Amino acid sequence: MRLRNILDGCIPIIVFALIWEFIARIHIVPEYIFPSFSAVMREFYHLTVSGVLLDNLASSLFRVLVGFFLGSLAGIMMGTVMGCKEIINRSFHPIASLLYPVPTLGWAPLLMIWIGINEMLPIVLIFLCSFFPVLYNTITGIRSVGSDVINAARTLGASDPKILTTVILPLAVPNIFTGLRLEAGMAWRVVIAAEMVAIPTGIGALLIRSESLLRVDVIIVCLMVLSVMCLAFERVFQYIETRLTKEWR
Amino acid sequence: MPDIELKNIRNYVFNDLNMEIFDKELLVVTGPNGAGKSTLLATIAGLVNYDGTVLFDGVTVDRIPTNERKIGYLFQNLALFPHLNVASNIGYGMAVKGDGKTEIAQNVDELLRLMRIEHLRDRYPKNLSGGERQRVALARALAVSPEVLLLDEPFNSMDNGTCQCMRKEIAKIQKDLGITMVLVTHNPEEAEEMGDRIITIAGGKIRETETQCFCSSQNVHNTHNMQNCAGCTIDCYCKR
Repeated sequence: MRLRNILDGCIPIIVFALIWEFIARIHIVPEYIFPSFSAVMREFYHLTVSGVLLDNLASSLFRVLVGFFLGSLAGIMMGTVMGCKEIINRSFHPIASLLYPVPTLGWAPLLMIWIGINEMLPIVLIFLCSFFPVLYNTITGIRSVGSDVINAARTLGASDPKILTTVILPLAVPNIFTGLRLEAGMAWRVVIAAEMVAIPTGIGALLIRSESLLRVDVIIVCLMVLSVMCLAFERVFQYIETRLTKEWR
Repeated sequence: MPDIELKNIRNYVFNDLNMEIFDKELLVVTGPNGAGKSTLLATIAGLVNYDGTVLFDGVTVDRIPTNERKIGYLFQNLALFPHLNVASNIGYGMAVKGDGKTEIAQNVDELLRLMRIEHLRDRYPKNLSGGERQRVALARALAVSPEVLLLDEPFNSMDNGTCQCMRKEIAKIQKDLGITMVLVTHNPEEAEEMGDRIITIAGGKIRETETQCFCSSQNVHNTHNMQNCAGCTIDCYCKR
């Protein structure tokens, strides 16, 4: 059944690749503008073997992991405090509400001046991109825990820190993971944009270099890698969430 | 087990409420919606703010937080922890107190047997029926060896048969363990059947008190009231 599902998922991709190959081979548009699927796969192989793709992917991956980890951690911690303590929520909510709507890349010019064009720039951008959605989802998750459940824990002898760790946070996990899952993909989009604008290494930088050399095949390879990484990150979080909550949800 | 006194209780429902709940008695609280029945339980548990004094055995507990009042509380919606299975729900109170795993497992097994829900040990609340949830919630409340058990409309979601059965079980547990118990209900039949004493609350005030004295051949479980039934004959059932 599982194999059947995988096959069912693969068939449209195979059909898409075949149509793509066919259209490219009838040369309606020049090959340097619209390379065939096989040409793109050949380029993917060359870039992988030469190490160019992996080096750039490693640079982007490092930035995403560090920025996303720090942003999510800060979002969960701040969200937990704001979700639990009304006075802190009232104090910080207006600031967060003002900053959240600013598009992440809107911070780039300011951050370029403040921290310069270096490795920190994409990391800070990803931090900002991860922080706010995870913050709001954590607050929502914590607020959605029923007061009866909290009171029940209290009557059973649990102190406030115990209630937080044994009842509130486990019950907020689905909401927290919704934020993490959505932002895992977004972090990749942000890192690519930052690398395209300012950083000389990474998949985004490879993309922008390929554009200047009119290497559409390399651009498509980069986009494919980006797509796979976004999907992989989202799926990893979906998997962890399912493992943590499937028994009781 | 404590004798509970509420003195001059004032909050968003009560305006100078005074009452006493006797040691080992099963007090039933009735009254219309919004009368303050659940708030009375929450006040005893320390879950709501109030002015006035709550005393357990003559000692004020106003400054004692809920988690240290040694109460068991069966909430109206049961409030089982959805992320924990039945065994973990029952063992929760012992776990947060730092009891050993073996001790917790033994007590949980005992309560599962007492409630006749051994087969539900590994199930999650979402997979339980209303009656099963009820038993789990009651086992969880009893697991912490409470001195006072507060039951907020515990039979609401049950069919008639399960309800009858649970009433008997709770009354038996109360008698066996000698716990002071306060039961909130809308159901007059339930109140009559279970209560040693019945009070009716309306508008945040006690409107009426009925004392049922089961004398002599019946189990005398509210002996403190015996002096009030001087005229009673054997097997009498008197209301005051």
